Amino acid sequence: MKTIIFKSASVYLLPLLLLFSVFILLRGHYLPGGGFVGGLMASIAFVIHSFANGVENTKNIVKFHPGFLMPVGLALALLAGSLPLFTGETFMTGLWMDQPVPVIGTVGTALFFDTGVYLVVIGVTLTIIFTISEGL
Amino acid sequence: MSNPYIVLPVIFQLFVAVTLMFSWTNKNLQKLISVVGSLIALLISILLLIKVNQEGIQTMQAGGWIAPFGITFVADTFSALLVLLTAISGLAVSVFSVGSIRNARVRFGYFPILHLLIMGLSGAFLTGDIFNLYVWFEIIIISSFVLITIGGEKAQLEGAIKYVAMNLLASVVFLTAIAILYGLTGSLNMADLSLQVAKVENRGLVNVTAILFLVGFGIKSAVFPLYFWLPASYHTPPPAISAIFGGLLTKVGVYAMLRVFTLIFVPDTFLTTVITVMAMLTIFSGGVGALMQNNIRKVFSYLIICHIGFMLAGLGIYSTLALAGAVFYLVHDIVVKTNLFMVSGLVFKIKGTYSMRLLGGFYKEQPLMSLLMAIPLFSLVGIPPLSGFWGKLLLIQGAMNSSNILLIGFILLGSFLTLFIIAKLWSEVFWKDPQVLPKKEHIKYFDELKPLKKRAMLASVVFLSILSLGIGFGAEWVMRIAMTVAGNLMDPSAYIQAVLGT
Repeated sequence: MKTIIFKSASVYLLPLLLLFSVFILLRGHYLPGGGFVGGLMASIAFVIHSFANGVENTKNIVKFHPGFLMPVGLALALLAGSLPLFTGETFMTGLWMDQPVPVIGTVGTALFFDTGVYLVVIGVTLTIIFTISEGL
Repeated sequence: MSNPYIVLPVIFQLFVAVTLMFSWTNKNLQKLISVVGSLIALLISILLLIKVNQEGIQTMQAGGWIAPFGITFVADTFSALLVLLTAISGLAVSVFSVGSIRNARVRFGYFPILHLLIMGLSGAFLTGDIFNLYVWFEIIIISSFVLITIGGEKAQLEGAIKYVAMNLLASVVFLTAIAILYGLTGSLNMADLSLQVAKVENRGLVNVTAILFLVGFGIKSAVFPLYFWLPASYHTPPPAISAIFGGLLTKVGVYAMLRVFTLIFVPDTFLTTVITVMAMLTIFSGGVGALMQNNIRKVFSYLIICHIGFMLAGLGIYSTLALAGAVFYLVHDIVVKTNLFMVSGLVFKIKGTYSMRLLGGFYKEQPLMSLLMAIPLFSLVGIPPLSGFWGKLLLIQGAMNSSNILLIGFILLGSFLTLFIIAKLWSEVFWKDPQVLPKKEHIKYFDELKPLKKRAMLASVVFLSILSLGIGFGAEWVMRIAMTVAGNLMDPSAYIQAVLGT
């Protein structure tokens, strides 16, 4: 799809969609959204970019192999889940800061778990899509 | 007793898998991490079993949400025992993989997936929530899909299609059963379900749900009418993968059956009759199927089915003695089947074929190794005092007490068929005069391997053989554990009390 409209739109859509995916990730704490949907949205941003500009150009933006995000995300989620074990609580118990951080609010382990999911989903989706489009 | 650390066997495997993913490109580092990780996992599960033995049932509520609302993890003797066996098989297979898995497969993430599979198995044994059990089953089958297809050989893919199709069907049936159960009782916690199901007035629907569970678990553990996917797929992947599949995957189905049909559904006469008939036909068809095969891995695949029938028979008889027999047999079977598939891999590496007709003269060429291989083979037959004997003894005693003569006949027939098949295999592979086999180009023969790889393959077979001998000679100790497990299964009130705290 090498149309000029799509091509120029994709340049603006990429940062917008990435920003929106982070919004969805954070919104997921109390409302519909979360790491999985956010991760899918972030990968859609890259998919649109690759449709308009070719996979090679998208790979240049990403810089590293997206598969690397999988262990990083898994490690983050695992750490967030098992952190309570060190304080004698059960696995996956939410630990929260006493004082709210300015602007963001109180931060708990759930945020890190969701961020881990977000990274894993981006990693998996982009790896699949990059691998499939190489064969085309 | 509440104990937040019983989930450690599961978390630790995930930790190992993540560490392995970080060292994706370094093959040797992956092998080292996998073996060391499996060793530590074995230590953790030994500690868990000791803890459960000393202090009774341990529970954990994930996220601190109290039962029956949150996800409960329960370690009773049965769960802890199976987690230990999983860790033992995992260690053996991990060491065997160091010697036998080709680098191409390691490059596509063989080791991380292996540890995710073991994580799924440990999770399935430890969970006390029926939906969570389904989730662990999914993790197990998704990891096993990857393992069965990794490498992408033609025969592998053909086997994988059958395997995937049947296992997905089983998951659908299992999920449907859970949905109906949830609709009936409004609960997913197994201990709570035990109380709620007894109160349901619509007994017809309860029985239908029980049959759905039986079908779902039946496909997974390859019992009589639903077993055909197993011999069609287990001989296709590399021997290390067949070993963990043959040792553990069908046994998860048996575990789930033993758990669900003692805790949630207390079988009535109809259900025990159905299970007993299924057990008889499973023993018969597995044994007769194995008679017809020439490929040694296919022989072992059919023998898995035959011996699943023994465990099912224990559930069919439904007495403490028979369940103890089933549990004892389960312990013996996990160790010995894992070992047998590794033995078949070793034979293949040395001779370059799995065909019984072509093999021969193994005893003359490798007398010491033949002696080593005799241990799992004759343990499987159950020549006293080797490990297979004691489980069958308990089962037959149990069947005697409930005067089920027909079932005794089938158990003896199954043992006899096993004996005949192993004797045939022994004379064909080990005693027959050797034939000159053409060297195949694409196979790396055992002699050409590095000493470390040779030792890794042998060490894992030796490890499991010693364990088999240990189960046989230390039968009293294993029997005591099996009796405790059977007692807990027959009277789940301690389990329910530990989870719900009432």
